[in-house]
Amino acid sequence: MATYDFLFENLGLKDWCSDGGGDRPVSMADLLARKKGGAAETSVWDTPFPSMDALNEACSKFPKSRDLTIGLEDGFLAIKDALRFVLDPITEPLSWMLDGAMWLAEATPWWIVIPVLLLITYFVSRSWSIVFSVGASILGLAFIDHYLPAIQTLSIVFVCAAICVALGVPIGIAMSRSNRLQRAVLPVLDMLQTLPTFVYLIPLIFLFSVTESKLYGIAIILYAIVPVIRLTDLGIRMVDKDVLEAAQAFGMTPRQKLYQVQIPLALPNIMAGVNQTIMMSLAMVVIASLVSAPGLGVLVLRGIRNLELGVGLVAGLGIVILAIILDRVTKSALARVNAAQHH
Amino acid sequence: MSAPMISIRNLYKIFGANPAAAMAKVREGMGKEELNADYGHVLGLKDINVDLMEGEITVIMGLSGSGKSTLVRHINRLIDPTSGEVLVQGENVLDYGEETLRDMRRKTMSMVFQHFALLPHRSVLQNTATAPIVRGEDKAVYEPEARKWLERVGLAGYEDSYPHQLSGGMKQRVGIARALTSNAPIMLMDEAFSALDPLIRTDMQDLLLELQVELNKTIVFISHDLDEALKLADHLVILKDGEVVQQGEPQHILLNPEDDYIVDFISDINRARVLRVRSIMEPVKQDVSHVGEVQREATLEQVIAQTGGESIGAYLVKHEGDVVGELNMSTLVRSLVPQKRSGQ
Ligand SMILES: Nc1ncnc2c1ncn2[C@@H]1O[C@H](COP(=O)(O)OP(=O)(O)O)[C@@H](O)[C@H]1O
Ligand SMILES: [Mg+2]
Repeated sequence: MATYDFLFENLGLKDWCSDGGGDRPVSMADLLARKKGGAAETSVWDTPFPSMDALNEACSKFPKSRDLTIGLEDGFLAIKDALRFVLDPITEPLSWMLDGAMWLAEATPWWIVIPVLLLITYFVSRSWSIVFSVGASILGLAFIDHYLPAIQTLSIVFVCAAICVALGVPIGIAMSRSNRLQRAVLPVLDMLQTLPTFVYLIPLIFLFSVTESKLYGIAIILYAIVPVIRLTDLGIRMVDKDVLEAAQAFGMTPRQKLYQVQIPLALPNIMAGVNQTIMMSLAMVVIASLVSAPGLGVLVLRGIRNLELGVGLVAGLGIVILAIILDRVTKSALARVNAAQHH
Repeated sequence: MSAPMISIRNLYKIFGANPAAAMAKVREGMGKEELNADYGHVLGLKDINVDLMEGEITVIMGLSGSGKSTLVRHINRLIDPTSGEVLVQGENVLDYGEETLRDMRRKTMSMVFQHFALLPHRSVLQNTATAPIVRGEDKAVYEPEARKWLERVGLAGYEDSYPHQLSGGMKQRVGIARALTSNAPIMLMDEAFSALDPLIRTDMQDLLLELQVELNKTIVFISHDLDEALKLADHLVILKDGEVVQQGEPQHILLNPEDDYIVDFISDINRARVLRVRSIMEPVKQDVSHVGEVQREATLEQVIAQTGGESIGAYLVKHEGDVVGELNMSTLVRSLVPQKRSGQ
């Protein structure tokens, strides 16, 4: 006897329930109940919530909640091949880019890579003090034999952040031009941002094999693209209405307005988005080491798995150093843009 | 008289969700308040008819919210009307497609804005050259032109500065240079001097008048300031709640106000400084002996100074050497007192 037997009786579904109910698998709970001799007349206190499992006890035709997770899994597996067929070729270039950048960073000798990085730093920040601190940080990491993982992490961050900007800025521009698109995209962005980072590794693991670089590439991009989209949209929507009106009054085409007014005036916001995107890429690279992303994250993971405290802490420190230099370099570029407009 | 450069005919503008339906109500005679209270639509402009002559400064004046900005934006169609026509050089701009409209904005009209609306990321020189840059002209052609106009508005040496480095008055000089560099025959100026300090504002008004002597543009100047309007206007249009209450030559409006609203409006100004001899002179009578001569374009203030406060007798009015009329001092004194509405 189950609590909710009456429900199915009253609804007249008794026949449907017992139909073929003989070969119903016997659950542990059933066995226990039988052992007690079925004498237990459940008191009001013990009334179970009418959950799927409780209803299943009353009517074996009713699905258990476990069937839900299994169904989801089956459903996913069923569309997996079709999804793969579409997604695989589209995302293949991502693997090439990640692998290519990684190969380049590893194959080039350190005495070329480090000066090139410093040169890039100078061109982005135009500040010798930042170049100096970046140089000191990288040399320090190299000195404690963390050059290779640091360079691997950086190359993944560069590739993923570049793709985020290349996709995110146009998406943000499109959103700023259409309220309807904005309403459609914002919930997706909210979801990507609030989803615990581990959770969206799950479908990716099913879709792609763990040996492919694009698996972690996609995870990083999905996570890190959000701020650059948001801030591009916001930046363009916040452009001074008076200036836009002037552009209109002087006969600018929509294209001229976009390139000569909206994007330049939104640039401080877009750059702030790029800064956040880079920082989030770095955060995700570490988590993505769970799905075979190389770099400092692997060492952190080793520290956790093997309880190698020192290895984990030093790698963690390396990540902090990378975070600081990436942040300082992009912030100084942002400050330069701001100083040039200062309104 | 030549055909007007710009002609605004029966123009209505209603803001709201369903202007067409509201328009029907207005045609049936519904007023602004009722339309707003019962239907949630704003009657921005109501049956505007104004002709703007080539080479003149037409000042559209009214209090804040009277629809001045809305009206001027119909001329270059930054705003589309609910009903009516806007003819520019005889063509209805409402018939224009996107391409033609853009072409008109690039070549026929330029605009100066209350809050300057300069591009903050571009240098003063580049800002000044906005129109030719938009038109896709050659840098070698437009740069000397832009430099010339910057120098003309007194900003030589600031070519490579950025807008944020300039004061308000200087920014608006760039705004004017930008409009002039476009070389368009029509210039729209929406409260161009309202954001400036009084002294700088006077400077800018003088600059505009000085440039206008040379350039003879058709200027539509928006202002909420009567003194400014009287100083600049060849033709004055007074707006109230989206309607034209009176328009005409400014001195004529001052001497013949048709509406209590205008009587109130003009009651505070210094009439001696604004009114000119030409507005109150009479034909010469043979039997009167004249005690002296005054100039036709002199203000009454100047005449009073010239006569030393003497308020009797009559003066011969001369213009470019010829006698054009006579001025009775008693008329002068009477004209200094604000009139009641004409016809009362
Ligand atoms: N886009 C709009 N939507 C609704 N009402 C508007 C809009 N633009 C202007 N108005 C209304 O029209 C009237 C005239 O505004 P405006 O032309 O800006 O006046 P002014 O320039 O003389 O101060 C005001 O009552 C204003 O609230
Ligand atoms: Mg206004």
